[in-house]
Amino acid sequence: MEILETVFVRNSLVVAFAVVGLTIWISYFLADKLTKGRIHGSAIAIALGLLAAYFGGKATGGSTGVADITLLGGIGLMGGGMMRDFAIVATAFGVKLSELKKAGLAGVVSIFAGVIVSFVVGAVVAVLYGYTDPVAVTTIGAGAVTYIVGPVTGSALGADSDIIALSVAAGLIKSILVMIGTPLVAKTIGLNNPQSAMVFGGLMGTTSGVAAGLAATDPKLVPYGAMTATFYTGVGCLLGPSILFFIVNAIL
Amino acid sequence: MIVYGVALLSACLILGMLIGELLGVALGVQANVGGVGIAMLFLVLASNSDRFKALVDGASGTGIQFWSAMYIPIVVAMAARQNVVAAFEGGMLAVVAGVAAVIVSFALVPVISKIGNSDTSSQESQ
Repeated sequence: MEILETVFVRNSLVVAFAVVGLTIWISYFLADKLTKGRIHGSAIAIALGLLAAYFGGKATGGSTGVADITLLGGIGLMGGGMMRDFAIVATAFGVKLSELKKAGLAGVVSIFAGVIVSFVVGAVVAVLYGYTDPVAVTTIGAGAVTYIVGPVTGSALGADSDIIALSVAAGLIKSILVMIGTPLVAKTIGLNNPQSAMVFGGLMGTTSGVAAGLAATDPKLVPYGAMTATFYTGVGCLLGPSILFFIVNAIL
Repeated sequence: MIVYGVALLSACLILGMLIGELLGVALGVQANVGGVGIAMLFLVLASNSDRFKALVDGASGTGIQFWSAMYIPIVVAMAARQNVVAAFEGGMLAVVAGVAAVIVSFALVPVISKIGNSDTSSQESQ
């Protein structure tokens, strides 16, 4: 057992490759046999990943899901921000400039609309739950933007740590729901071309949610959605503690 | 050489991230503003330009394609390291706020997609 652990820990990233590969193989097998290909294999793999993260977090009490289990530490590196961004940028290889230009205006509009709409929805929910402090309402609203905008806004405004935790939780729920929900609603919302993918990325904004949601819908759309989504958090951090807070402060 | 493509990809990412950080500082925001998106633009420009042909054609290109293909496995690993427990322990307020934000945003996709785009030529039969 000790030898096993030594080998696994020393080669953590390699272990992660093997484990993820096996997970994807099982997922594609299930997608083929159980759903006859109606649910995409990668959607099942992502759902399995989230499920594993839940049990990993429950078992260890850590904050990085499966990666807190000693033997699976490499998942943390493989699924971390650096590798994610590297692979996302690689998906842009082969993208046509003309497609980007076509959706340029709609893409920009979607980023601002996405930030503002998510913020308003989050803030309204906070008010409905009885919050009246402008700082708390703004922080929870910012959390509904993304789980990065929430704490950035909260700490800029001096919100309590439990409010910040709440905003992170709201952002995480959003991100997870986008991962799982996107392939289910893709057809209904017309998510089948580069332009709508760019708008989708700008509206949803959560990079991990958009990345996983589009991967499970149609991998060809990933670069377009990811491109706009990466501007979203920046815009959110810009608007949250400033204009959006002033507006909330004026209303409440 | 495969590594040329990988190096080009890395250079695009680092350059994009640097610009994103600088934008963040310039705007007074504690975040990277669009670093990944800017890096993607660089890669699109490089792969569409003649000057970088040696870095994106043939074996060099497969160095980039490999990482592009590793995207879904990396996303699966990313899903497996999310703080799912914290998400559900935030209570009903967090769930309601998150779910409502997603539903409204989903509904806006077809609305905003119409901006500056009247043709729906790319609607493929499913």
